[in-house]
Amino acid sequence: MSISASFTVEFPDFSLAVDISLAAGEVLAVLGPNGSGKSTLAHSLAGLQPITTGRIEVCSTVVDDAEHSIFVLPEHRHVGVMFQAGSLFNNFSVLDNVAFGLRSRGMRKNEARNEAHQWLERFSLDAFAQRGPSTLSGGQAQRVALARALATKPSLLILDEPTSALDIRSKAEIRRDLQRLQHEQPVATVLITHDSLDAFALATRVLVLETGRVVQSGSLDEVASHPQSRHIADMVGLSLVRGIVSEGRLTTASGAQLVVPADTAAGRSIASIRPSAVSLHQAKPEGSPRNSWSVIVTDLDRHPERVRVRLQGPIPLLAELTPEGAEALDLKIGGILWASVKASEVAVTPDLAL
Amino acid sequence: MRKAHQTQKRAVGLNRPPAVIITIATIAVVFFALPFIGLLLRVPWSNAWSLLTTDSSLIALRLSLETSLSATALAIVFGIPLAWVLARYGFPGRRMVRALCLLSLVLPPVVGGVALFTAYGRRGLLGDPLFDWFGIRLPFSTAGVVLAQTFIAMPFLVLTVEAALRGVDRRPENAARTLGASQWFAFRKVTLPAIRPALIAGAVLAWARALGEFGATITFAGNFPGSTQTMPLSVYLALESNPGQALVLSMLMIGISFVVLLSLRDRWLGGSENGENSL
Repeated sequence: MSISASFTVEFPDFSLAVDISLAAGEVLAVLGPNGSGKSTLAHSLAGLQPITTGRIEVCSTVVDDAEHSIFVLPEHRHVGVMFQAGSLFNNFSVLDNVAFGLRSRGMRKNEARNEAHQWLERFSLDAFAQRGPSTLSGGQAQRVALARALATKPSLLILDEPTSALDIRSKAEIRRDLQRLQHEQPVATVLITHDSLDAFALATRVLVLETGRVVQSGSLDEVASHPQSRHIADMVGLSLVRGIVSEGRLTTASGAQLVVPADTAAGRSIASIRPSAVSLHQAKPEGSPRNSWSVIVTDLDRHPERVRVRLQGPIPLLAELTPEGAEALDLKIGGILWASVKASEVAVTPDLAL
Repeated sequence: MRKAHQTQKRAVGLNRPPAVIITIATIAVVFFALPFIGLLLRVPWSNAWSLLTTDSSLIALRLSLETSLSATALAIVFGIPLAWVLARYGFPGRRMVRALCLLSLVLPPVVGGVALFTAYGRRGLLGDPLFDWFGIRLPFSTAGVVLAQTFIAMPFLVLTVEAALRGVDRRPENAARTLGASQWFAFRKVTLPAIRPALIAGAVLAWARALGEFGATITFAGNFPGSTQTMPLSVYLALESNPGQALVLSMLMIGISFVVLLSLRDRWLGGSENGENSL
């Protein structure tokens, strides 16, 4: 076990209680809305926030144990954190930002800079070595932050909202870098995010946090297909389609095709479709949207305000309707319908993990 | 609809304060400016240089520079850690401690001087053992001048630096810690550079205050030429014996203060509240 942590953090107006474990090289996504305690969790693991009860072990070393008054300072934990945008040191060059961790650990200046330079090269950032962080784009700055965190060779990597506040292209770049990293040199990683696409691109397991409590955890596919609350459904209850994009179309392994936004980059990708973006019809839709398929209803999940429908077809889909809409369609398991999705409703992220 | 639109346009066009406000503000400016203009007119310019370079003036000037710079150095050395503690650590009685440390900011300096006597005077709480054990006598000495100036000036630095430390983005410092930096290393290498503008502003304000210190100095350190008679004291003294010299020395102090204020760019003065993140 690379990490095993079971603890609470209590504040006057908020408390966090989690129990997580992580194997070497595994990526665990922690999903949750703002204020769910994600950052507190990250800070606790990193040693920036002492826990109130319980204990945290990183690589079989106890780093925080409330009952036995053990607290290892952040600088001695070997936990690397890539914070969300804005954590670079503006008074240092990009190179010295990356060398900072090595210098803090007592390495000589020239040696630290040489090593930092190699990290910059790995992320194709060596051209920016002498520049100040404020001259970088958001995406470049985050890649520097990643290189900086990795340069100290942490046993645990925490990615705290790595793609928030970035444009779509930069988000994709960061995800690609992280995927490549996990491929070449797996590090046990806790990915903190409110963007489920980050999780889909990188993680195998997911833990959903709401107001400081774990509301669901399990494999990503499990949580995505059986979200236990409306909130989780909104966050992760997506239809996922893996395949290869070329010329605006994604082709799955079984040969099914999905029209994606025209500017999508070619290559292995994951497309995600929100259940509310799937429309259902009794007959082949008029004016035929380009993504429309004949499907069979395999599962129905009725709630007072919504009905979730699992559909089998060329592409497995999850759809969500209002109870009135479901009534009108006369939904029943085994029923045959037409499903359609606008290309603009399909979100695509590169897939290097497979 | 159309009328409303026109009104809005006019309001933008006439975007300046009402006449009453302008008039009152002008009176305030004149109120500030007039004494300096008066001084300028009264200064005996013909022999200003010789008055300025008399031995007594030069001695006072030198003493003032030495003591005020020493006081600023002390304010920095003790004020930064104090500001750090006040800004970062919640402990019972923090508000009391802060109020205590900033008290001399609002106190009449003469009262400060009297209070200094009871603590560091010859028979004071600390002054007594200091003299008995080490033979150190603070009152009526140059060290006493520095002590009085530090007492009065340090709050300016503490206030400015504390506000900056509260406002500064914690993420870079947290990142530094996770990268292996001790608290001290992270503070020195990351946080302190980030609040540098506020630190400079605080130090300059403290220095200007120390340079102008009068009440606490004359009460605690006395008025001995060469050892405790700083510029403000010699101006006060010269007012009776040699008004021309008093005017020239006053002019010099005003000049120094004015240059200091001008050199403090707006964002340094306002930086303690909102300027940090952009720097």
